[in-house]
Amino acid sequence: MPILTDRDIEAVRKEFAKLANPVTLTVFSQELGSESCLHTERLVKEVAECSDKVSVNVLNLLLDRQQAEAYGVDRVPAIVVEGARDYGIRFFGLPSGYEFTNLIDAIIVASTGEPALSAETKDVLAGLGKPVHIRVFTTPT
Amino acid sequence: MRLAQHMAVASAQVRADCIEATEFPDLSRQYAVMAVPKIVINDRVQFEGALPERQFLDAVLRAVNGGGVSA
Repeated sequence: MPILTDRDIEAVRKEFAKLANPVTLTVFSQELGSESCLHTERLVKEVAECSDKVSVNVLNLLLDRQQAEAYGVDRVPAIVVEGARDYGIRFFGLPSGYEFTNLIDAIIVASTGEPALSAETKDVLAGLGKPVHIRVFTTPT
Repeated sequence: MRLAQHMAVASAQVRADCIEATEFPDLSRQYAVMAVPKIVINDRVQFEGALPERQFLDAVLRAVNGGGVSA
């Protein structure tokens, strides 16, 4: 049974009209993965079906260890959102509820490469000399 | 997560992880997640709840340049 309803698909398609360049969603899963891995894989595939600009790559955390390390992924399920480059956007766990909206937003901003931030914020970020790792903890609400 | 992921696109230095807290209790314990959203930057600066862009940026700068443990 599909995860997305017809209404969801319609809403996602409408949002995806903003897509400019191709986006790749790399899902890390496990062969004997949890329900959450299976759900995440299915959800991402259904999202990708909403636009021909979005493609999916499914990898296995244990078998594709080199890629997992390169992406900094050490747990599953994980989704890497890549546009023209790897912008460093990761989702760990099934992105449901409000996080689903954020996943769609992440795909759009990775596609356009144009963050919705003030000019001042962009200037400050452009001057960052050190790595910044932001972890945002959420729950499925 | 929205601000964090837009910041990641704005700068190659920024990585943004969205972590589903109930699926990863080990991480939730490690980062003492009691309420969500909880944001932790470079393991140094942390806060709960959404912040306006300017204050979020200040938290990022504090994490990079040193400073307190809460925003």
